[in-house]
Amino acid sequence: MTIQKKQDGGKLAIALEGRLDTTTAPELEAEVKELGGVTELVFDMASLEYISSAGLRVLLAAQKTMNKQGSMLIRGASEDIKDIFDVTGFSDILTIE
Amino acid sequence: MEADKTIKVPAELDKVYDVQDFVNSVLEAHDCGMKAQMQIEIAVEELFVNIAHYAYPNGKGDAEISVGVDDGVASITFRDSGIPYDPLAKEDPDVTKKAEDRSIGGLGIYMVKKSMDEMLYRYEDGHNILTIRKKL
Repeated sequence: MTIQKKQDGGKLAIALEGRLDTTTAPELEAEVKELGGVTELVFDMASLEYISSAGLRVLLAAQKTMNKQGSMLIRGASEDIKDIFDVTGFSDILTIE
Repeated sequence: MEADKTIKVPAELDKVYDVQDFVNSVLEAHDCGMKAQMQIEIAVEELFVNIAHYAYPNGKGDAEISVGVDDGVASITFRDSGIPYDPLAKEDPDVTKKAEDRSIGGLGIYMVKKSMDEMLYRYEDGHNILTIRKKL
């Protein structure tokens, strides 16, 4: 998986490419552990091909953090990945564009 | 019907790609839709990772994965000789709770249950035997 971060003041954009799975989720977890000063977090998932429960857990943790300090948005997710968000009830937790 | 193909690997996290590649290689010969393939890949990850995490708390062990396709339905069976564990006995997570109240457990098995057509577990001769079936 490739993680690209772009920070502009309180706005942090994270673009994910490839697979967010058991092996790669810890990499993203490390990136979103420290979100000090971030008030707007945007995940660009246009190039994300795959997500398993390990990836969902990291998104849930990030959402919990952002609920306290700002907003979080998911952008560009494929239909298949949106289906996974639906099945797991994540569509109700996340803000998906 | 052709014979099932089988791979045996140490039940360790870093073997998950080997298992997924193996399953994909068998499915490739069949007409498998992209969506079904991804759902199967995810199911294989969730179930194998579960075995790697929990089957052998006191040491190392193997997992055996068999794949067969019959009449357009893929069957994938996981066998391990670890502690008895029936993932189907676990209560489903409440997927209607808000973020703050969500727990992180059980989500993987829940995804498998929801995306596969069938999921069967039995404990036999010292082995956990879990089979998932999915129409391709």
